[in-house]
Amino acid sequence: MDLHLALFLIFGAVCVAGAINLLVQRHPINSALSLITVMASLAVEYLLLGAEFVAAVQVIIYAGAIMVLFVFVIMLLNAGEEARTGGSRIALVIGVPGMIVGSTIVAWVLLKRSGTGDVAIGSLPGDPKTIGWLLFHDFLLPFEVTSVLILIAIMGAVVLASRPELSSHLEKER
Amino acid sequence: MVPLSYYLVLSGILFACGILGFLIKRNIITIFMSIELMLNGVNLSFVAFAAHWQHLSGQIFVFFVMVVAAAEAAVGLAIIIAVYRTRETLNVDQVNLLKL
Amino acid sequence: MTENLHLWVIPILPLIGAAINGLFGRRFSRQRVVTIALAASGAAFAMALWIATQFSSASAPYVTYLAPWIRAGNFQVDFSFYLDQLSFVMLLVVTGVGLLIHIYSIGYMWEEGGFYRFFSYLNLFMFFMLTLVLAKNYLLMFIGWEGVGLASYLLIGFWFTKDSAASAGKKAFITNRIGDFGFLIALFLLIKHFGSLDYTQVFEAVSKLPVEVNGIGLLTSIGLLLMVGAAGKSAQIPLYVWLPDAMEGPTPVSALIHAATMVTAGVYMVARSHVVFDRAPSALTVVAIIGTLTALFAATIGIAQTDIKKVLAYSTISQLGYMFMACGVAAYSAGIFHLMTHAFFKGLLFLAAASVIHAVGGNQDMRYMGGLRKYIPWTFWTMTAGTFAIAGIPPLAGFFSKDEILWKAYGGSWVYWLIGLITAFLTSFYMFRLWFMTFFGEFKGNQAPSHEHDDSHGHGHGAPHESPMVMVIPLAILAFLSLTGGWIGGRLEHFLSPVFNDGLAEASEKIGETASKGTEHLLMGISIAVALLGWYIAFLLYRQRPELPARIAAGLGGMYKAVVNKYYIDELYAALFIKPLVDGSTAILWHTVDQGVIDNSVNDAADSTRHASDAVRHMQSGNVRSYAGWVAAGAAAVIAYMIWMGVR
Repeated sequence: MDLHLALFLIFGAVCVAGAINLLVQRHPINSALSLITVMASLAVEYLLLGAEFVAAVQVIIYAGAIMVLFVFVIMLLNAGEEARTGGSRIALVIGVPGMIVGSTIVAWVLLKRSGTGDVAIGSLPGDPKTIGWLLFHDFLLPFEVTSVLILIAIMGAVVLASRPELSSHLEKER
Repeated sequence: MVPLSYYLVLSGILFACGILGFLIKRNIITIFMSIELMLNGVNLSFVAFAAHWQHLSGQIFVFFVMVVAAAEAAVGLAIIIAVYRTRETLNVDQVNLLKL
Repeated sequence: MTENLHLWVIPILPLIGAAINGLFGRRFSRQRVVTIALAASGAAFAMALWIATQFSSASAPYVTYLAPWIRAGNFQVDFSFYLDQLSFVMLLVVTGVGLLIHIYSIGYMWEEGGFYRFFSYLNLFMFFMLTLVLAKNYLLMFIGWEGVGLASYLLIGFWFTKDSAASAGKKAFITNRIGDFGFLIALFLLIKHFGSLDYTQVFEAVSKLPVEVNGIGLLTSIGLLLMVGAAGKSAQIPLYVWLPDAMEGPTPVSALIHAATMVTAGVYMVARSHVVFDRAPSALTVVAIIGTLTALFAATIGIAQTDIKKVLAYSTISQLGYMFMACGVAAYSAGIFHLMTHAFFKGLLFLAAASVIHAVGGNQDMRYMGGLRKYIPWTFWTMTAGTFAIAGIPPLAGFFSKDEILWKAYGGSWVYWLIGLITAFLTSFYMFRLWFMTFFGEFKGNQAPSHEHDDSHGHGHGAPHESPMVMVIPLAILAFLSLTGGWIGGRLEHFLSPVFNDGLAEASEKIGETASKGTEHLLMGISIAVALLGWYIAFLLYRQRPELPARIAAGLGGMYKAVVNKYYIDELYAALFIKPLVDGSTAILWHTVDQGVIDNSVNDAADSTRHASDAVRHMQSGNVRSYAGWVAAGAAAVIAYMIWMGVR
């Protein structure tokens, strides 16, 4: 049991606990906070794999922007606890055990297969310089396309979320 | 030295939890968060394989996944806000105008 | 086979007339329609006359080859036309009488609706009849055969808005069809055994076969089946039932089709196929028996009818029986001779009857006529000529031809002769009955109940009036032919002898020669006496003592009723054949097959689609979470598949 494995197991456990907590909690704000912990521990896992830039981006973008957005919306809409309505009881009865069984099988198969090799700690250093070089050379087109995608998403979000008076005001302007 | 399969198992567990949440939960926002959880699980497996094959394109892909997830989160939450305005509820079972 | 007579032009001319009038006639004026129709049939007649000048027995038969038609391995059929003495006679009769009836129809149909349609159909009929007569092979003849049936249907049902007319047209066509079925099977036998339908080839092959004296061999079967076809077309027992109903059509139609030309197609066909019949004596006997029985049978019905057209219809059936009797004793030229004279006097009688009906404003019942000879003298005199001709009074045409048949029949068997004689008596009787009832005595027209008449020619006048000149002239011409037509009898037989004298026919002709000239004159005298007796009885019953017929009818009771109701044959057929067929079709074909199988399978296809969609519909529940579940399930399936493919 070296440090690498220990760190991996600790933070892996935190991830799983956060994920399960997300499912169990009834109030969405609790789920959001557990998701933040999952992301933070995932960032550590990335570091263990040597992906520094990705880890940083994970914390900044995912945990720092996306989750903040989620929390904003939860607060804005004043989401309350989940009420127990009708819906699908079947998902609970079949889905949960099924998923547990399924993932157990997959995990067992994966663990049984040896020969996949070990990953050393920090084995592949993904420093910003190298990543940046790749982004602007080999992956230039996807990079530019994603920027267009973000632009579209911004416009869509503005239109969708705007107040009705604003959109009718826009209509009257035509 | 951690075997690759450990990372994959962890990734799988996160993904499974994401699917479970997607199916079980009734709150739209919680469902959306489960989708994000799924994406994160997949990201982990990408990075793990990148380290295994010693190829950085795995990490680049993770980068793009995050960008797309951000865009998706923005638009999705905007839709949720719009739905909340008309339906006055965040319970996905009550967004059923198409029900026969 | 020396010069090309372009025989194919003769049928084409009326076809062109029919096409022009049929397609564009609706917009033409009546004058133009008439011009086209008359031009077509007149041109055909003129061409026939021209051919008459070119015709020489030495070069007969003339063949005109137009185009190939069917080439299937060894079997071939062409559009070829054939003119020998037999078809020459038929050609002149068809075009000549046809032209006269076209002229007559101008006047008769002038005030009717559908004027252009009538002349189009008439020309169409001429086309088919000429094809039939001029064909060089059985298949082309069959086209003409079917075509005249079609034209007959169209013309009988000319006033198709009337139920009875439409049904009569259907009855004619369907009954014809039954006969055509026999004809077709005969054609199939010919193809199978002789590999051809061409006259020359078939007759050459048949003449090499021996005479079939015992059993039913190939030639007997062919002969019998041909006779079935002829019985349908020429209204013999058992397929005669359509002809009386065919009187629903306009009377010139009855004159042309059901007296002069179409119904004689059967006789022509039997005469043309004499090579086959000569070698199948049993078939010939059947022909003779059918002809004789039909002649007597129809005559007995004719004496009790009150509708003037029905009397003439049954008379036609009876006279056709005579022609078949003649063919049945292998006296083909006598049959053709009678065909020719019959065309003259029966055509005349029908046209004159039309004149009478026209004169009294549409009534066809003889009980409400009478004393018309003062009002319509032209019609009276021409009809008199026709009546005397058909009764067989010398020196008119009917006497010569009928006597020839009786003489030849005597040579076959005295039974034929006796029945023929009785029929001659009945013919004379009912024709003079008609004559007396229509033209003599008091005019009873004002007692006629006012009801819808078949020949709707009501004018609303009080007194009967003569027909216009355009109708009288054809009557006069036909009367002249009825008077003089019989005098060419001997020359006709000589003229036709190259056709019928090919060894075997001569043998049966010899039968007639054995009896002496004295017997012939004796029989001639007996038939004249019988005809005069018929006149006298009619005079007695309908002129001198008009109360007698009713007393006789009452005395005969049931038998009289049977005769008036045509021996209930129509009812018998309806019960035996029509009702089971209709019921069977309704139950089996309609309810079971059409509704049960076809409709149900279509409905079931639609229903099963609907049920399937109904089942699949539940996937679209409108519930977001169930959508999520389906998505997850689908993704899991795809992943599983990919894993499985990877593992394999």
